[in-house]
Amino acid sequence: MSSVAIIDYGMGNLHSIAKALQHADPEVSVAVSDDPDVILRADRVVFPGVGAIRDCMHALARRELIPVLKQAAAAKPFLGICLGMQALLDESEENQGTRCLGLIPGRVVRFTEGLTDGSGGALKIPHMGWNRVDPAGDHPLWHGIGRGSWFYFVHSYHAWPAENEDVAATTEYSAPFASALAHGNIFAVQFHPEKSQETGLRLLANFLKWNPVQ
Amino acid sequence: MLAKRIIPCLDVDHGRVVKGVRFLEIRDAGDPVEIARRYDREGADEIAFLDITASVDDRDTMVHVVEQVAGEVFIPLTVGGGVRTLEDIRRLLNAGADKVSINSAAVARPEFVQEAAERFGSQCIVVAIDAKQVGPHPTASPPWPRSPQREKANVRWEIFTHGGRKPTGLDAVEWARRMVDYGAGEILLTSMDRDGTKQGFDLELTRAISEAVPVPVIASGGVGNLQHLADGIIEGKADAVLAASIFHFAEYSIREAKGYLAARGIEVRV
Repeated sequence: MSSVAIIDYGMGNLHSIAKALQHADPEVSVAVSDDPDVILRADRVVFPGVGAIRDCMHALARRELIPVLKQAAAAKPFLGICLGMQALLDESEENQGTRCLGLIPGRVVRFTEGLTDGSGGALKIPHMGWNRVDPAGDHPLWHGIGRGSWFYFVHSYHAWPAENEDVAATTEYSAPFASALAHGNIFAVQFHPEKSQETGLRLLANFLKWNPVQ
Repeated sequence: MLAKRIIPCLDVDHGRVVKGVRFLEIRDAGDPVEIARRYDREGADEIAFLDITASVDDRDTMVHVVEQVAGEVFIPLTVGGGVRTLEDIRRLLNAGADKVSINSAAVARPEFVQEAAERFGSQCIVVAIDAKQVGPHPTASPPWPRSPQREKANVRWEIFTHGGRKPTGLDAVEWARRMVDYGAGEILLTSMDRDGTKQGFDLELTRAISEAVPVPVIASGGVGNLQHLADGIIEGKADAVLAASIFHFAEYSIREAKGYLAARGIEVRV
Protein backbone atom coordinates (compact mmCIF):
# COMPACT_ATOMS: atom_id res chain seq x y z
CA MET A 1 0.00 0.00 0.00
CA SER A 2 1.31 3.41 -0.90
CA SER A 3 1.79 5.94 1.88
CA VAL A 4 1.80 9.70 2.22
CA ALA A 5 3.04 11.75 5.18
CA ILE A 6 1.71 15.22 5.93
CA ILE A 7 4.34 17.21 7.78
CA ASP A 8 2.90 18.40 11.09
CA TYR A 9 4.74 21.37 12.53
CA GLY A 10 1.83 23.03 14.31
CA MET A 11 0.88 25.38 11.47
CA GLY A 12 -2.67 25.10 10.31
CA ASN A 13 -5.41 22.72 9.58
CA LEU A 14 -4.01 19.33 8.64
CA HIS A 15 -7.25 17.51 9.21
CA SER A 16 -8.73 18.82 5.94
CA ILE A 17 -5.69 17.83 3.91
CA ALA A 18 -5.62 14.36 5.45
CA LYS A 19 -9.33 13.88 4.74
CA ALA A 20 -9.02 15.16 1.19
CA LEU A 21 -6.06 12.85 0.41
CA GLN A 22 -7.94 9.92 1.87
CA HIS A 23 -10.97 10.87 -0.20
CA ALA A 24 -8.84 11.22 -3.35
CA ASP A 25 -7.54 7.69 -2.85
CA PRO A 26 -9.14 5.52 -0.15
CA GLU A 27 -6.37 2.93 -0.62
CA VAL A 28 -3.52 5.20 0.40
CA SER A 29 -2.24 5.27 3.97
CA VAL A 30 -2.22 8.87 5.24
CA ALA A 31 -0.10 9.87 8.26
CA VAL A 32 0.01 13.32 9.88
CA SER A 33 3.35 13.42 11.63
CA ASP A 34 6.42 15.31 12.82
CA ASP A 35 8.36 12.08 13.26
CA PRO A 36 11.38 12.06 10.89
CA ASP A 37 11.14 8.27 10.50
CA VAL A 38 7.51 8.41 9.40
CA ILE A 39 8.21 11.28 7.00
CA LEU A 40 11.27 9.68 5.45
CA ARG A 41 9.65 6.25 5.18
CA ALA A 42 6.56 7.56 3.38
CA ASP A 43 6.35 7.21 -0.40
CA ARG A 44 5.16 10.79 -0.75
CA VAL A 45 5.28 13.92 1.38
CA VAL A 46 2.88 16.83 1.68
CA PHE A 47 4.13 20.07 3.21
CA PRO A 48 1.16 22.31 4.09
CA GLY A 49 1.05 25.58 5.97
CA VAL A 50 -0.96 28.66 6.77
CA GLY A 51 -0.03 31.77 8.72
CA ALA A 52 3.13 33.86 8.72
CA ILE A 53 6.41 32.71 7.17
CA ARG A 54 8.64 33.55 10.15
CA ASP A 55 6.48 31.44 12.48
CA CYS A 56 6.61 28.67 9.91
CA MET A 57 10.41 28.69 9.65
CA HIS A 58 10.74 28.89 13.46
CA ALA A 59 8.34 26.01 13.95
CA LEU A 60 10.28 23.87 11.46
CA ALA A 61 13.58 24.72 13.12
CA ARG A 62 12.27 24.11 16.63
CA ARG A 63 11.07 20.66 15.65
CA GLU A 64 14.35 20.00 13.81
CA LEU A 65 12.42 19.26 10.65
CA ILE A 66 14.46 21.31 8.16
CA PRO A 67 17.00 18.58 7.30
CA VAL A 68 14.20 16.00 7.17
CA LEU A 69 12.20 18.17 4.84
CA LYS A 70 15.18 18.79 2.56
CA GLN A 71 15.96 15.10 2.45
CA ALA A 72 12.36 14.24 1.57
CA ALA A 73 12.18 16.98 -1.06
CA ALA A 74 15.33 15.63 -2.70
CA ALA A 75 14.14 12.04 -2.89
CA LYS A 76 10.39 11.61 -3.33
CA PRO A 77 7.24 13.20 -4.76
CA PHE A 78 6.81 16.30 -2.63
CA LEU A 79 3.82 18.66 -2.59
CA GLY A 80 3.99 22.11 -0.99
CA ILE A 81 0.70 23.84 -0.31
CA CYS A 82 0.14 27.58 0.33
CA LEU A 83 2.72 28.67 2.92
CA GLY A 84 4.32 25.27 2.30
CA MET A 85 4.94 26.47 -1.26
CA GLN A 86 6.33 29.85 -0.24
CA ALA A 87 8.71 28.27 2.27
CA LEU A 88 10.40 26.34 -0.57
CA LEU A 89 11.84 29.47 -2.19
CA ASP A 90 15.04 31.30 -1.15
CA GLU A 91 13.46 34.11 0.83
CA SER A 92 10.23 35.97 1.53
CA GLU A 93 9.47 39.67 1.93
CA GLU A 94 7.10 38.82 4.77
CA ASN A 95 8.09 39.71 8.36
CA GLN A 96 10.75 42.20 7.18
CA GLY A 97 12.50 39.55 5.14
CA THR A 98 12.67 35.88 6.07
CA ARG A 99 15.17 33.31 4.90
CA CYS A 100 13.37 30.24 3.55
CA LEU A 101 14.41 26.73 2.53
CA GLY A 102 15.99 27.52 -0.84
CA LEU A 103 14.74 24.40 -2.60
CA ILE A 104 13.37 26.37 -5.56
CA PRO A 105 15.30 29.47 -6.72
CA GLY A 106 13.34 32.69 -6.27
CA ARG A 107 11.59 34.95 -3.79
CA VAL A 108 8.19 35.52 -2.24
CA VAL A 109 6.72 39.00 -2.64
CA ARG A 110 3.60 40.81 -1.42
CA PHE A 111 0.78 41.74 -3.77
CA THR A 112 1.30 45.40 -4.60
CA GLU A 113 -1.06 47.66 -2.60
CA GLY A 114 -3.25 50.16 -4.39
CA LEU A 115 -3.98 48.06 -7.48
CA THR A 116 -7.46 48.00 -8.93
CA ASP A 117 -9.65 45.18 -10.16
CA GLY A 118 -11.35 45.02 -13.57
CA SER A 119 -14.18 47.36 -12.52
CA GLY A 120 -11.91 49.99 -11.02
CA GLY A 121 -12.44 49.02 -7.37
CA ALA A 122 -9.49 48.63 -5.01
CA LEU A 123 -7.94 45.19 -5.19
CA LYS A 124 -8.53 43.36 -1.92
CA ILE A 125 -5.64 41.79 -0.03
CA PRO A 126 -5.63 38.95 0.99
CA HIS A 127 -6.41 37.41 -2.38
CA MET A 128 -9.24 35.30 -0.97
CA GLY A 129 -11.66 33.10 -2.87
CA TRP A 130 -11.89 31.12 -6.10
CA ASN A 131 -9.72 32.05 -9.02
CA ARG A 132 -8.78 30.47 -12.32
CA VAL A 133 -5.56 28.53 -12.75
CA ASP A 134 -3.87 28.21 -16.13
CA PRO A 135 -1.48 25.25 -16.20
CA ALA A 136 1.78 25.92 -18.04
CA GLY A 137 2.83 22.76 -19.83
CA ASP A 138 1.54 19.25 -19.29
CA HIS A 139 2.82 18.23 -15.87
CA PRO A 140 1.29 14.91 -14.68
CA LEU A 141 -0.38 16.74 -11.76
CA TRP A 142 -2.58 18.61 -14.25
CA HIS A 143 -3.92 15.42 -15.79
CA GLY A 144 -7.67 15.94 -16.37
CA ILE A 145 -7.53 19.56 -15.17
CA GLY A 146 -8.22 22.04 -17.93
CA ARG A 147 -7.09 25.58 -18.54
CA GLY A 148 -8.94 28.09 -16.38
CA SER A 149 -10.00 25.57 -13.71
CA TRP A 150 -11.11 27.08 -10.42
CA PHE A 151 -9.12 26.70 -7.22
CA TYR A 152 -9.52 28.27 -3.78
CA PHE A 153 -6.88 30.79 -2.64
CA VAL A 154 -6.15 32.69 0.59
CA HIS A 155 -2.86 34.60 0.65
CA SER A 156 -1.24 38.03 0.63
CA TYR A 157 2.18 37.00 -0.70
CA HIS A 158 3.07 35.01 -3.80
CA ALA A 159 6.05 33.24 -5.31
CA TRP A 160 8.35 34.98 -7.77
CA PRO A 161 10.53 32.14 -9.07
CA ALA A 162 13.89 32.98 -10.62
CA GLU A 163 13.48 30.46 -13.43
CA ASN A 164 10.55 30.68 -15.81
CA GLU A 165 10.70 26.95 -16.36
CA ASP A 166 9.74 26.36 -12.72
CA VAL A 167 6.34 28.01 -13.26
CA ALA A 168 3.71 25.24 -13.47
CA ALA A 169 0.67 27.52 -13.57
CA THR A 170 -0.32 31.16 -13.50
CA THR A 171 -3.34 33.01 -12.10
CA GLU A 172 -4.53 36.57 -12.74
CA TYR A 173 -4.99 38.91 -9.83
CA SER A 174 -4.62 42.32 -11.40
CA ALA A 175 -1.48 40.84 -12.98
CA PRO A 176 -0.49 37.20 -13.52
CA PHE A 177 1.43 35.48 -10.72
CA ALA A 178 2.88 31.97 -10.36
CA SER A 179 0.13 29.92 -8.70
CA ALA A 180 2.00 26.60 -9.04
CA LEU A 181 5.66 25.63 -9.32
CA ALA A 182 7.28 22.42 -10.52
CA HIS A 183 10.93 21.66 -9.87
CA GLY A 184 12.08 18.06 -10.31
CA ASN A 185 10.12 15.92 -7.88
CA ILE A 186 8.75 19.00 -6.10
CA PHE A 187 5.34 20.37 -7.01
CA ALA A 188 4.00 23.36 -5.12
CA VAL A 189 0.69 25.18 -5.22
CA GLN A 190 -0.39 28.51 -3.79
CA PHE A 191 -4.05 27.47 -3.70
CA HIS A 192 -5.69 24.92 -1.43
CA PRO A 193 -6.45 21.72 -3.37
CA GLU A 194 -8.05 20.31 -0.22
CA LYS A 195 -10.64 23.12 -0.39
CA SER A 196 -11.09 23.21 -4.16
CA GLN A 197 -13.82 20.62 -4.52
CA GLU A 198 -13.59 18.07 -7.35
CA THR A 199 -10.75 19.81 -9.17
CA GLY A 200 -8.68 19.94 -6.00
CA LEU A 201 -9.32 16.26 -5.27
CA ARG A 202 -8.28 15.48 -8.83
CA LEU A 203 -4.95 17.24 -8.33
CA LEU A 204 -4.39 15.35 -5.08
CA ALA A 205 -5.25 12.06 -6.78
CA ASN A 206 -2.76 12.92 -9.54
CA PHE A 207 -0.12 13.62 -6.90
CA LEU A 208 -0.76 10.24 -5.28
CA LYS A 209 -0.14 8.55 -8.64
CA TRP A 210 2.83 10.69 -9.67
CA ASN A 211 6.16 8.95 -10.13
CA PRO A 212 8.67 11.57 -11.19
CA VAL A 213 11.73 10.36 -13.03
CA GLN A 214 14.66 10.72 -10.66
CA MET B 1 -10.09 37.02 -12.24
CA LEU B 2 -11.21 36.33 -8.71
CA ALA B 3 -14.81 35.11 -8.61
CA LYS B 4 -17.46 36.69 -6.42
CA ARG B 5 -18.59 34.13 -3.89
CA ILE B 6 -22.04 32.86 -2.93
CA ILE B 7 -22.19 31.58 0.64
CA PRO B 8 -25.25 29.80 2.04
CA CYS B 9 -25.51 30.11 5.81
CA LEU B 10 -26.90 27.47 8.14
CA ASP B 11 -28.07 28.17 11.68
CA VAL B 12 -27.19 25.23 13.89
CA ASP B 13 -28.70 24.54 17.31
CA HIS B 14 -27.46 21.52 19.25
CA GLY B 15 -26.00 20.05 16.08
CA ARG B 16 -29.20 20.43 14.06
CA VAL B 17 -29.97 22.90 11.31
CA VAL B 18 -32.85 25.10 12.35
CA LYS B 19 -34.95 27.77 10.63
CA GLY B 20 -36.24 24.94 8.47
CA VAL B 21 -34.51 23.89 5.35
CA ARG B 22 -37.11 22.73 2.86
CA PHE B 23 -35.63 20.59 0.16
CA LEU B 24 -38.01 18.00 -1.12
CA GLU B 25 -35.32 15.47 -1.80
CA ILE B 26 -33.62 15.76 1.55
CA ARG B 27 -34.85 13.19 4.00
CA ASP B 28 -33.50 14.79 7.14
CA ALA B 29 -33.88 18.55 6.82
CA GLY B 30 -32.02 19.08 10.07
CA ASP B 31 -28.86 17.20 9.19
CA PRO B 32 -26.02 19.68 8.63
CA VAL B 33 -23.91 17.14 6.74
CA GLU B 34 -26.64 16.30 4.26
CA ILE B 35 -27.48 19.96 3.66
CA ALA B 36 -23.84 20.96 3.30
CA ARG B 37 -23.33 18.15 0.80
CA ARG B 38 -26.27 19.41 -1.22
CA TYR B 39 -25.01 23.00 -1.27
CA ASP B 40 -21.57 21.77 -2.26
CA ARG B 41 -23.05 19.85 -5.21
CA GLU B 42 -25.02 22.90 -6.29
CA GLY B 43 -21.85 24.95 -6.47
CA ALA B 44 -21.70 26.89 -3.19
CA ASP B 45 -18.33 28.62 -2.93
CA GLU B 46 -18.19 28.32 0.81
CA ILE B 47 -20.54 27.30 3.61
CA ALA B 48 -21.11 29.32 6.77
CA PHE B 49 -22.37 27.78 9.99
CA LEU B 50 -23.75 29.90 12.77
CA ASP B 51 -23.91 28.09 16.09
CA ILE B 52 -26.95 29.46 17.90
CA THR B 53 -26.79 26.94 20.75
CA ALA B 54 -27.51 28.93 23.87
CA SER B 55 -25.68 26.83 26.44
CA VAL B 56 -21.91 26.82 26.55
CA ASP B 57 -21.88 23.14 27.56
CA ASP B 58 -23.12 22.13 24.15
CA ARG B 59 -20.31 23.72 22.16
CA ASP B 60 -18.75 20.31 21.58
CA THR B 61 -21.66 19.44 19.33
CA MET B 62 -20.64 22.11 16.85
CA VAL B 63 -17.09 20.79 16.77
CA HIS B 64 -18.45 17.36 15.82
CA VAL B 65 -20.65 18.85 13.12
CA VAL B 66 -17.66 20.65 11.60
CA GLU B 67 -15.61 17.46 11.74
CA GLN B 68 -18.27 15.48 9.90
CA VAL B 69 -18.87 18.13 7.24
CA ALA B 70 -15.14 18.68 6.67
CA GLY B 71 -14.72 14.95 6.06
CA GLU B 72 -17.10 15.04 3.11
CA VAL B 73 -17.29 18.54 1.74
CA PHE B 74 -14.10 19.98 0.29
CA ILE B 75 -14.86 23.67 0.10
CA PRO B 76 -14.09 26.35 2.70
CA LEU B 77 -16.13 26.30 5.90
CA THR B 78 -16.66 29.31 8.13
CA VAL B 79 -17.98 28.78 11.63
CA GLY B 80 -19.29 31.45 13.98
CA GLY B 81 -21.44 31.87 17.06
CA GLY B 82 -20.12 31.87 20.59
CA VAL B 83 -16.44 32.07 19.64
CA ARG B 84 -14.90 33.64 22.77
CA THR B 85 -11.50 32.12 23.45
CA LEU B 86 -8.37 31.09 21.55
CA GLU B 87 -9.20 27.55 22.61
CA ASP B 88 -12.63 27.81 20.89
CA ILE B 89 -10.85 28.83 17.69
CA ARG B 90 -8.21 26.14 17.93
CA ARG B 91 -10.81 23.41 18.34
CA LEU B 92 -12.89 24.60 15.39
CA LEU B 93 -9.85 24.91 13.11
CA ASN B 94 -8.61 21.49 14.14
CA ALA B 95 -12.03 20.05 13.42
CA GLY B 96 -11.76 21.30 9.85
CA ALA B 97 -13.11 24.87 9.86
CA ASP B 98 -11.12 27.17 7.58
CA LYS B 99 -12.27 30.40 9.15
CA VAL B 100 -13.98 31.34 12.37
CA SER B 101 -16.07 34.42 12.78
CA ILE B 102 -15.88 36.50 15.92
CA ASN B 103 -18.73 38.82 16.82
CA SER B 104 -19.65 39.90 20.35
CA ALA B 105 -16.34 38.72 21.83
CA ALA B 106 -14.65 41.34 19.63
CA VAL B 107 -16.95 44.06 20.90
CA ALA B 108 -16.39 42.96 24.49
CA ARG B 109 -12.61 42.90 24.06
CA PRO B 110 -11.18 44.05 20.71
CA GLU B 111 -7.70 42.74 21.58
CA PHE B 112 -9.12 39.24 21.29
CA VAL B 113 -9.11 39.68 17.50
CA GLN B 114 -5.46 40.72 17.64
CA GLU B 115 -4.51 37.71 19.73
CA ALA B 116 -6.47 35.38 17.45
CA ALA B 117 -4.87 36.77 14.27
CA GLU B 118 -1.39 36.58 15.76
CA ARG B 119 -1.88 33.01 16.88
CA PHE B 120 -3.75 31.55 13.88
CA GLY B 121 -3.13 34.05 11.06
CA SER B 122 -5.45 36.69 9.62
CA GLN B 123 -6.57 34.34 6.85
CA CYS B 124 -8.81 32.43 9.25
CA ILE B 125 -10.13 35.31 11.34
CA VAL B 126 -13.42 36.79 10.18
CA VAL B 127 -14.98 39.59 12.19
CA ALA B 128 -18.78 39.59 12.05
CA ILE B 129 -20.30 43.04 12.29
CA ASP B 130 -24.00 43.61 13.02
CA ALA B 131 -24.79 47.18 12.08
CA LYS B 132 -27.89 49.36 12.19
CA GLN B 133 -28.49 52.77 10.72
CA VAL B 134 -28.65 55.44 13.44
CA GLY B 135 -28.60 58.77 11.65
CA PRO B 136 -26.00 61.37 10.87
CA HIS B 137 -22.42 61.13 11.91
CA PRO B 138 -21.72 63.53 14.78
CA THR B 139 -18.85 65.15 12.89
CA ALA B 140 -20.76 65.40 9.61
CA SER B 141 -21.90 68.70 8.21
CA PRO B 142 -25.47 69.75 9.17
CA PRO B 143 -28.07 68.07 6.99
CA TRP B 144 -29.36 71.25 5.32
CA PRO B 145 -30.24 72.44 2.85
CA ARG B 146 -31.83 69.05 2.36
CA SER B 147 -30.76 67.02 -0.65
CA PRO B 148 -30.53 63.29 -1.26
CA GLN B 149 -26.74 63.49 -1.57
CA ARG B 150 -26.46 65.30 1.72
CA GLU B 151 -28.72 62.86 3.49
CA LYS B 152 -26.71 60.00 2.10
CA ALA B 153 -23.47 61.60 3.16
CA ASN B 154 -24.73 62.02 6.67
CA VAL B 155 -25.97 58.51 7.18
CA ARG B 156 -24.11 56.50 9.79
CA TRP B 157 -24.34 53.02 11.22
CA GLU B 158 -23.67 51.71 14.67
CA ILE B 159 -22.62 48.28 15.91
CA PHE B 160 -25.36 46.43 17.78
CA THR B 161 -25.07 43.22 19.76
CA HIS B 162 -27.61 40.76 21.16
CA GLY B 163 -29.38 40.23 17.86
CA GLY B 164 -29.64 43.94 17.16
CA ARG B 165 -31.13 44.92 20.53
CA LYS B 166 -28.10 46.41 22.25
CA PRO B 167 -26.38 49.51 20.87
CA THR B 168 -22.66 49.84 21.54
CA GLY B 169 -21.98 53.41 20.46
CA LEU B 170 -19.34 52.10 18.00
CA ASP B 171 -19.42 53.54 14.49
CA ALA B 172 -19.56 50.65 12.01
CA VAL B 173 -17.08 52.04 9.48
CA GLU B 174 -14.53 52.98 12.14
CA TRP B 175 -15.04 49.62 13.82
CA ALA B 176 -14.45 47.72 10.59
CA ARG B 177 -11.21 49.63 10.00
CA ARG B 178 -10.07 48.96 13.54
CA MET B 179 -10.85 45.24 13.27
CA VAL B 180 -8.76 45.02 10.09
CA ASP B 181 -5.91 46.86 11.83
CA TYR B 182 -6.19 44.24 14.56
CA GLY B 183 -5.80 41.46 12.00
CA ALA B 184 -9.26 40.53 10.71
CA GLY B 185 -8.78 38.90 7.31
CA GLU B 186 -12.38 39.33 6.22
CA ILE B 187 -15.51 41.18 7.38
CA LEU B 188 -18.92 39.51 7.55
CA LEU B 189 -21.30 42.45 7.50
CA THR B 190 -24.96 42.08 8.47
CA SER B 191 -27.48 44.88 8.27
CA MET B 192 -29.76 44.47 11.27
CA ASP B 193 -32.27 46.76 9.55
CA ARG B 194 -32.55 44.40 6.61
CA ASP B 195 -31.98 41.00 8.19
CA GLY B 196 -35.06 38.84 7.60
CA THR B 197 -36.90 41.51 5.57
CA LYS B 198 -36.18 40.17 2.06
CA GLN B 199 -35.84 43.78 0.89
CA GLY B 200 -32.22 43.42 -0.20
CA PHE B 201 -28.90 44.36 1.39
CA ASP B 202 -28.32 47.80 2.88
CA LEU B 203 -26.23 48.80 -0.14
CA GLU B 204 -24.92 52.06 1.27
CA LEU B 205 -23.70 50.33 4.39
CA THR B 206 -22.11 47.55 2.34
CA ARG B 207 -20.36 49.99 0.06
CA ALA B 208 -19.22 52.21 2.94
CA ILE B 209 -17.55 49.26 4.67
CA SER B 210 -16.22 47.66 1.50
CA GLU B 211 -14.56 50.89 0.42
CA ALA B 212 -13.19 51.53 3.90
CA VAL B 213 -11.25 48.28 4.34
CA PRO B 214 -8.61 46.49 2.22
CA VAL B 215 -9.90 42.99 3.08
CA PRO B 216 -12.85 41.15 1.49
CA VAL B 217 -16.36 41.97 2.72
CA ILE B 218 -19.23 39.47 2.81
CA ALA B 219 -22.62 41.16 2.58
CA SER B 220 -25.45 39.68 4.63
CA GLY B 221 -28.99 40.47 5.70
CA GLY B 222 -32.05 41.03 3.56
CA VAL B 223 -31.67 38.90 0.44
CA GLY B 224 -35.08 38.13 -1.06
CA ASN B 225 -34.27 37.52 -4.71
CA LEU B 226 -31.40 37.09 -7.13
CA GLN B 227 -31.27 40.74 -8.11
CA HIS B 228 -30.42 41.55 -4.50
CA LEU B 229 -27.32 39.35 -4.77
CA ALA B 230 -26.18 41.20 -7.90
CA ASP B 231 -26.89 44.59 -6.28
CA GLY B 232 -24.77 43.66 -3.28
CA ILE B 233 -21.84 42.92 -5.56
CA ILE B 234 -22.24 45.67 -8.15
CA GLU B 235 -23.54 48.55 -6.02
CA GLY B 236 -22.48 47.40 -2.58
CA LYS B 237 -19.04 46.35 -3.88
CA ALA B 238 -19.19 43.19 -1.77
CA ASP B 239 -16.69 40.41 -2.49
CA ALA B 240 -19.12 37.73 -1.41
CA VAL B 241 -22.83 37.47 -0.65
CA LEU B 242 -24.36 35.41 2.10
CA ALA B 243 -27.95 34.26 2.16
CA ALA B 244 -30.01 31.76 4.06
CA SER B 245 -33.72 31.55 3.41
CA ILE B 246 -33.77 31.96 -0.39
CA PHE B 247 -31.61 28.88 -0.67
CA HIS B 248 -33.03 26.91 2.24
CA PHE B 249 -36.57 27.14 0.98
CA ALA B 250 -35.36 26.23 -2.50
CA GLU B 251 -36.81 29.45 -3.90
CA TYR B 252 -33.62 29.55 -5.91
CA SER B 253 -30.80 27.07 -6.23
CA ILE B 254 -27.22 28.22 -5.98
CA ARG B 255 -26.75 27.18 -9.57
CA GLU B 256 -29.59 29.50 -10.65
CA ALA B 257 -28.11 32.30 -8.58
CA LYS B 258 -24.76 31.88 -10.29
CA GLY B 259 -26.37 31.77 -13.71
CA TYR B 260 -28.11 35.03 -12.92
CA LEU B 261 -24.95 36.73 -11.67
CA ALA B 262 -22.99 35.53 -14.70
CA ALA B 263 -25.68 36.97 -16.99
CA ARG B 264 -25.24 40.28 -15.17
CA GLY B 265 -21.56 40.22 -16.07
CA ILE B 266 -20.28 39.14 -12.66
CA GLU B 267 -17.44 36.61 -12.55
CA VAL B 268 -18.61 33.48 -10.74
CA ARG B 269 -17.27 29.96 -10.43
CA VAL B 270 -19.45 27.63 -12.49
